[in-house]
Amino acid sequence: MNLLIRGGRVIDPCSGVDAVLDVLVQDGKVARIGERLDAEGVTVLHAAGKVVAPGFIDMHCHLRDPGQEYKEDLISGTRAAARGGFTAVCCMPNTHPVNDNAAVTRYIIEKAQTQGSGVHVYPVGAVSKGREGREMAEIGRMKQAGIVAVSDDGRPVTHANLLRLAMQYADHFGVFIMSHSEDVDLVGDGVMHEGFISTQLGLPGITRAAEEVMIARDILVAEAEGKRIHLCHVSTRGGVQLVREAKARGVRVTAETAPHYIAATDEWVLGYDSNCRVNPPLREEADRQACIAGLMDGTLDAIATDHAPHHQDEKRVEFHLAKSGISGFETAFCVSHTALVRAGHMTLGGLIEKMSTAPARLLGVPGGTLSVGAPADIVVLDPDREVTVDASRFISRGHNTPFDGKTYFGAVCATIVGGRIIDQA
Amino acid sequence: MKRKDLLGLHGVSREEITEILDAALTMRQVLRSGNKKTAHLQGKSIVTLFYENSTRTRMSFELASKYMSAAAANIAASASSVSKGETLIDTGVTLDQMGTDVIIIRHPMSGAPALLARHVRASVINAGDGMNEHPTQALLDMLTMREHLGALTGIKVAICGDVMHSRVARSNIYGLTAMGASVVLCAPPTLIPVHIERLGCTVAPTIEDACEGADVVMGLRIQRERQQKGLFPSVAEYCDNWEITPQRVALAKKDALVMHPGPMNRGVEIASSVADSAQSVIAQQVESGVAVRMALLYMLTRKEVQA
Repeated sequence: MNLLIRGGRVIDPCSGVDAVLDVLVQDGKVARIGERLDAEGVTVLHAAGKVVAPGFIDMHCHLRDPGQEYKEDLISGTRAAARGGFTAVCCMPNTHPVNDNAAVTRYIIEKAQTQGSGVHVYPVGAVSKGREGREMAEIGRMKQAGIVAVSDDGRPVTHANLLRLAMQYADHFGVFIMSHSEDVDLVGDGVMHEGFISTQLGLPGITRAAEEVMIARDILVAEAEGKRIHLCHVSTRGGVQLVREAKARGVRVTAETAPHYIAATDEWVLGYDSNCRVNPPLREEADRQACIAGLMDGTLDAIATDHAPHHQDEKRVEFHLAKSGISGFETAFCVSHTALVRAGHMTLGGLIEKMSTAPARLLGVPGGTLSVGAPADIVVLDPDREVTVDASRFISRGHNTPFDGKTYFGAVCATIVGGRIIDQA
Repeated sequence: MKRKDLLGLHGVSREEITEILDAALTMRQVLRSGNKKTAHLQGKSIVTLFYENSTRTRMSFELASKYMSAAAANIAASASSVSKGETLIDTGVTLDQMGTDVIIIRHPMSGAPALLARHVRASVINAGDGMNEHPTQALLDMLTMREHLGALTGIKVAICGDVMHSRVARSNIYGLTAMGASVVLCAPPTLIPVHIERLGCTVAPTIEDACEGADVVMGLRIQRERQQKGLFPSVAEYCDNWEITPQRVALAKKDALVMHPGPMNRGVEIASSVADSAQSVIAQQVESGVAVRMALLYMLTRKEVQA
């Protein structure tokens, strides 16, 4: 199927293009980029006044399938991802059963391909069987079935030696570890960030050290082994600094943060809104600023949503009882764009790099560029359009978001995968 | 009173607190009279919904309701039903439909009364939520202080014990600072929440510093499980450093008040000789409690009649 995306501002951080151009898509690939391309015999998508960019790639989400389809499944999840401008997503293995073997990996890939919206789904396998942190999962077989990384996300790899062995073993198969860096002992019974707000609300707090102790450990193990480590959802000032220092001395560490850590703080918890319960917790303004600075100077490589849909029954309860997580696909762009680009911290090209080009590079998957010959995985954006978040209209089954009712700048107009328009607002 | 609920003393003005305490004075006259029966709450329905064990607070609310002729009912929900039973919102809606005018809730989780209040038509009184607030306790404490000390402005109140887990401490900090009193806290560092001084109080380095020149020395319960959880090494060492003893009370002003919200752990956070001394007003706090709760119930339900 051929498609001409006419007259948009094409931004491709990978090739350095930033100009008003036409993009011709043929056979699912970017065929030509240029001025006033011939539109004869092709479908035309008018993009004047819009931005045309490589589709977003989410390194970190939860699609809940198999096992918790009441929260989300591969159909609703990939549709929601498309609405958010994502053309590829990596789903974490904390499903039921856990994605710790090739059969589950194959189930996810096949269901996504046959019933999903068209968004590429790259499963992340578990580091350990059952995510129990004892025996290594069959990383080789899962890799053969299609995983791109391993993680026990939702839980840390508590035992440092298992982490060390998994690093060595996974590397053999070209797989890297995505670490949920959290010291469970330090978290204790905490339900929000420990600070003045937790004191005021009388909610048990989680010290920053719970995250930073494990980030430090993960970095040191990776450094000693000379292997790769990717740190998930970095949220603290100290965590950003640890990554910065490690990168400076050559450790093979990469890191992501999430839109909510650059747009919201623990003050949002005032009033006990359970939609603000997330792990790691919303931190303080200084941490928010540090995450932004980390994105700006390259310490933090990518923005990942940590899309974590939950049923409303799991949120309409006491704060202590509420599940942790934010349904993030459909707000990722507008929230990040407002907090980073509109606020003057980075260019739109810089944001596209964090949401598309960098994740493609880290994961080693196609996409993240609009260079000729690349897959036509494309997002069309209207960065200046005002959007008021309405969670009741989310495509995701999870309507859990602290951004509901708030106004941001940046709309996703169309999502194209392999040259096919899979979502158009 | 303009509010629907009383969820805490955070943000409650000096004027509003004074209004409640003044009304409570009247109610105390009723309590002290031979005939403890008024018609203030005739035709009103009051429910206590307690997810934690309580004798003192629940009885206090129940008697306050009955003295004023309300229909009073108690729901003792077990702590396990919080996570396993009906949701709090569903329980609240059910009570609403039964015509309940005031729901008095105690809950082990901070913020639960706020959640309930958002979903029910009835007025909600927080009778203690997690580590957050216990506003009627602070009100009764202030009523007791006012009786003995006159004005609250300028007095120094030392609060010693498990501040970290204490909703009584937080409500007293909010209430007393609103009234112009100064609050000094003292506890092992592991039982002082971070940045608590930003609530307008100070943290004393030693209990001697806290007691020095105080008008009130208030103890807070130290639960044995705090020691088991590793927050301090032993009761003996706690007592060495933080127990309210006669020697420490002697550093306070002459005739300073000794208070405690109860139930006391005698010989842990407070010595029996202090608790039973002439300076102790711990028993009178209980009487103040009924008076304050009568006043609040009346004020919250009267507002509804006017509307």
